Amino acid sequence: MMKNKQRGMSRRQFLATTGGATFFIGGYCLLPGCTTDSGAEAKEVLKKEVNVWVKLASDNQVIIYTPAAEMGQGSMTSVPLILAEEMDADWSKVKILSSPVEAETYGVGWYPGGNKNMTTAGSRTIRSYYQLMRETGAQIRASLLQNAAEKWQVSVEELTTKPGFVIHEASDSSMSFGEIAEFGNFESLPDMAGVKLKDPKDFKLVGKVLPRYDIPSKTNGSATYGMDVHLPGMLYGFISRSPVHGAKPELTNEEEIKNMDGVVSIVTLDHGVGVVCQSVEAGLKAKRQMKINWGESLMQSHNSEEDMNAYTTDGASETKHEGDVAGALKNVAKVHEAIFTNKYVYHAQMEPLNAVVSVAADKQSAEVWIGSQAPDGAKSAVAQTLGIDENKITVNQLFLGGGFGRRTLPGYAAECAALAKSVDKPVKLIWKREDDVSYGAFRPQVKHFFKAGLDKDGKIISWDHTAVGPGGGLSNGGASVAHYDIPNVRFMRKDVDHGIRTKHWRAVGHGPHKYAVETFIDQLARANNKDPYLYRLEMMQSNERVRKVLERAAEMSNWDPTPKDGRAMGIAFADRDSFSCGVAEISLNRDTGVIRVHKYWCAVDAGVIVQPDNAVAQVEGAVNMGISSTLKEQIDVKDGKVVQSNFHDYPILRMSEAPESIEVALIDSDESPEGIGEAGLPAVGGAIASAFAALTGKHLYDMPFTPDKVLAVLNS
Amino acid sequence: MKTSFELNGKNVSVDTPEDATLLWTLRERLKLTGTKFGCGIAACGACTVHLDGTAVRSCSMPMAAVAGKQVTTIEGLSENNDHPLQVAFQDEQVPQCGYCQSGQIMQAATLLTSNSSPSREEIVSHMNGNLCRCGTYNRIIKAITKAAEEGQS
Repeated sequence: MMKNKQRGMSRRQFLATTGGATFFIGGYCLLPGCTTDSGAEAKEVLKKEVNVWVKLASDNQVIIYTPAAEMGQGSMTSVPLILAEEMDADWSKVKILSSPVEAETYGVGWYPGGNKNMTTAGSRTIRSYYQLMRETGAQIRASLLQNAAEKWQVSVEELTTKPGFVIHEASDSSMSFGEIAEFGNFESLPDMAGVKLKDPKDFKLVGKVLPRYDIPSKTNGSATYGMDVHLPGMLYGFISRSPVHGAKPELTNEEEIKNMDGVVSIVTLDHGVGVVCQSVEAGLKAKRQMKINWGESLMQSHNSEEDMNAYTTDGASETKHEGDVAGALKNVAKVHEAIFTNKYVYHAQMEPLNAVVSVAADKQSAEVWIGSQAPDGAKSAVAQTLGIDENKITVNQLFLGGGFGRRTLPGYAAECAALAKSVDKPVKLIWKREDDVSYGAFRPQVKHFFKAGLDKDGKIISWDHTAVGPGGGLSNGGASVAHYDIPNVRFMRKDVDHGIRTKHWRAVGHGPHKYAVETFIDQLARANNKDPYLYRLEMMQSNERVRKVLERAAEMSNWDPTPKDGRAMGIAFADRDSFSCGVAEISLNRDTGVIRVHKYWCAVDAGVIVQPDNAVAQVEGAVNMGISSTLKEQIDVKDGKVVQSNFHDYPILRMSEAPESIEVALIDSDESPEGIGEAGLPAVGGAIASAFAALTGKHLYDMPFTPDKVLAVLNS
Repeated sequence: MKTSFELNGKNVSVDTPEDATLLWTLRERLKLTGTKFGCGIAACGACTVHLDGTAVRSCSMPMAAVAGKQVTTIEGLSENNDHPLQVAFQDEQVPQCGYCQSGQIMQAATLLTSNSSPSREEIVSHMNGNLCRCGTYNRIIKAITKAAEEGQS
């Protein structure tokens, strides 16, 4: 626990209290990881900035700034680990802090020439930062060598490093990085042209099983999330948001609310009415008592089930066409058609949205404390809300109690800024769980129309898939059969605007699409009396890399397409940049309609793996979240209103419903790293549907496979 | 309304509105933020603390029910993050986002005080009210089993 009580308190400092004692946590220590600080600041230690990513301290501490949000996926550890690897830092001396929220310095473009951003999403972090962190670490190592060479008056070629030290073997001398920090000149780092990256076979950190940096603080309550921030004099904000998206509010009992105990301010927003209060209790009460008339909205006519039933392919437009789908269909032996649907799904991150904003007395600057997947977006949103320049906003990134895509939207930062602007004190905005559900931004519902043409042996000659639903680009990902050898392929898309909020949800379009695509392929296999594993494998002849993933999953699960003792296995493949193949072993209670996943195996090829144990943990978690969304989760909209409100009517997977075992195999690879946070999820729906078909001979066409729907299918 | 109780071994007295719950009192008045707000309706377990040694959901615990009782939060579970469960949760690398983990550990701790070698079924049954969206359930079971074994040896 840190004990630097001194240095007075400024706006950049906030009050944290642990175990009854009060500490001021200052400056950089606001950030994740600071709560495990050992108190190194207490003695005078020189800290020298090497570049924007690294500070070296004379006590040998190496401070590395991480640009990515830590929402459970582990990149707080893995990004600095890559840099430390090439730098040859002593990992036990590394302290990790969140970087400042400055996209130009710490962001990356997602494609050549793309705007630099700090969004942590789409399993992109390692992919985006791997090369940059390697090069930065290597440059710093080269600079350390150069500085030591000058000090010792020897040539750089005579020097090498071991973790934390520069070594001169000829004279049996060594110099710690901390010593070099004291005299070193780091003004210009050596050009990459003259710097060599390590041979991956010499890696000491990347690819090794090491504990995550953030975990100790997450077992004693000291990890600081946005929700945990306290500032002196801080007030509490709550908002009643439109139950139907787009409806404008009119507060009809403003006087009554204003006169309630503890109410400081009322702020009318476009989409709701906010109250700022002296306590959480006063805020909750005022929110409850507000009487609001809501205006008209496009979404009020949206009924999710009815609208889905009415979706047709009319007016869909082509997004991809290889070969000649219509032409090929004329010469096939068999044609199969099917329609699949998947319902809206809610993020259900355990920490409801929240933010803290403190606006300066002159309203010309502000500071934000937030757990955000897009802290640069939050910065812009706050600047825009306050009508001031972005460079007047300081954003402090904290731990995220889950993100899954929901925390890429900056709305909650903007809301908090609007409330904070109305008072002269900092405001903590808290979303109740009911707010988080009913004002959620959902994984879109999709209706998938399939038509496949097969030759006399059951081989797919023609593939036609039309996806209809809201969410636009959110629903395009995963609409692919790119890794199967199918000569004629067409994808069509029709967007429908219901006025509903939709958003990326772990694995985005791949969740819905891989369920539908893989389940249809599974049906085709079964309709032609083929083993669904071998059927897929035969269509992957031109792609050894994906074939290996399938083979590994079959091998580790002892794949058997025949049900035994009331249990059956099912299989599905997914390409969420990384390749994965899932095998589910299920049983079914035919009286209740409850599907139970007993075992799950998942083989993943994600290229180079930075943290193997964490990668396994990510796949385990993705499998559980995949099972949850496949078997349980559904958001319904009636007359524009979200029906569900909290965990009692939006149940997510419980421990008793998790598989007894989840076995993960990571394929050894030296291909560039892909993502791992989402990789395990998209195959789950297809694997369970496949196992159900094996067990019952019947097919599940509507995800989630809730007991009522399963019973209906069984009785059909 | 003034309520006196024992918090992590120390006597405290705290002034709250009548309708205050233990959760918000701990978090916003006593600044013990390890106890988390997840749902507000005792449906997720993120806010689990011990009340006279029993695991309770602090979000649904009125302050009046706390008067004169002993409350233990995650911050008071051990001196140095070294309760066997805390050690096992670190060894098994359980937490991901970590937000539910205080509640998981506090819930698990009451199992181990009454059952030194719980079976898998007993663990699942005891822990089934604590949700984890990151899906760390399998590792939680491993960690609890390990902590119990450590306690046995």
